[in-house]
Amino acid sequence: MSSVVNVIKVGMADLNYATPPNTIRTTGLGSCVGIIIYEERQKICGMAHIMLPESSMARSGQVNRAKYADTAVEDLLHHLEQSGASRLRLKAKIAGGAQMFQFSTANEMMRIGPRNVEAVKTALNIYKIKIIAEDVGGNSGRTIEFDPETSKLEIRTVNKGIKEI
Amino acid sequence: MSYLERIKPQHLDILKELGNIGAGHAATALSRLLNKAIDMTVPSVQVVPFSEISSYVGGEDAVVAAVMLRIEGDAPGNMFFMLPVTEASRLIQLLTGDSTVDFLSEEVNDMGFSALNEMGNILAGSYLAAFSDFTSLNLQPSPPALAIDMPMAILSYGLLELSMVGEAAIFIDTQINEKDALQTEQTKGHFFLLPDPDSFEIILNSLGVTIDE
Repeated sequence: MSSVVNVIKVGMADLNYATPPNTIRTTGLGSCVGIIIYEERQKICGMAHIMLPESSMARSGQVNRAKYADTAVEDLLHHLEQSGASRLRLKAKIAGGAQMFQFSTANEMMRIGPRNVEAVKTALNIYKIKIIAEDVGGNSGRTIEFDPETSKLEIRTVNKGIKEI
Repeated sequence: MSYLERIKPQHLDILKELGNIGAGHAATALSRLLNKAIDMTVPSVQVVPFSEISSYVGGEDAVVAAVMLRIEGDAPGNMFFMLPVTEASRLIQLLTGDSTVDFLSEEVNDMGFSALNEMGNILAGSYLAAFSDFTSLNLQPSPPALAIDMPMAILSYGLLELSMVGEAAIFIDTQINEKDALQTEQTKGHFFLLPDPDSFEIILNSLGVTIDE
């Protein structure tokens, strides 16, 4: 049986899941953070593209849980557990949280990248999910693609080419 | 109710007019800087869900140069002047007479960056001045900041305020074009105006339009 390889896309403030031979990808992470939670034995993974640290920042009633670090980690975890992954074996890789613009004005929102990274680490720590690799901070945008077959995360930036973590 | 549900097509038309006036002034400013004819398209105003923004801004592999300004005052928001990086290099070569300017190269060219920043500042400033005159709102631009990177990574900075309120952004987008030697139109760049959520009502009110009818 031939299998068609698909690249599953994750939009901004969105999350999705993948199993081999498919890979999962999100583009244009600036201050946003891409979170991948995966289980090597069953080769399943989920990816979220979060924009903000805390769901408590939402100013309207309905919360898109994939947009915030705390709720996105919760949802990834629950879905992976429901798919049969063991929580003890879940691992994470994260990328993003850059500071693209250097502003002289002290607008708190312009420092959202580092805050997002902190929030993701806190959320993962609550569930004792270990971060195996990370590529965070700096001032470059990133496009990332995760392969659940190899558990490798490919990171592309404009100036520094491609690297794998 | 979210501001997005309250904004109707007729309101988007008013925002379009705003983009038209603002970018018109900016195109004139650019045309004076370069001593060339610069056109602009009728602006588009679109409500784009966050999850679709990557396809809206297009070209995953595209690299753009963008000058961002934070708008402060009566109707806060963000503004971007964005153009393909090769185009940015070409414009600054024309402007400075230095043909070695290349924003993709590893070597930092301070003069080039500074010129691009200033050009963005002048253009965005003239956009904003026209916007301010038209609405009688008091608006001040922050000092400009420059980035050369993927369009979506850059634009996401303009979406943070909006993202706390809804799941979509209203893009007031105006393209500026230049005719080349063969008279074919080429897109030179975009102005994106992204008002903060609370600013839409303030802008519309300043023009005598109420949102809830």
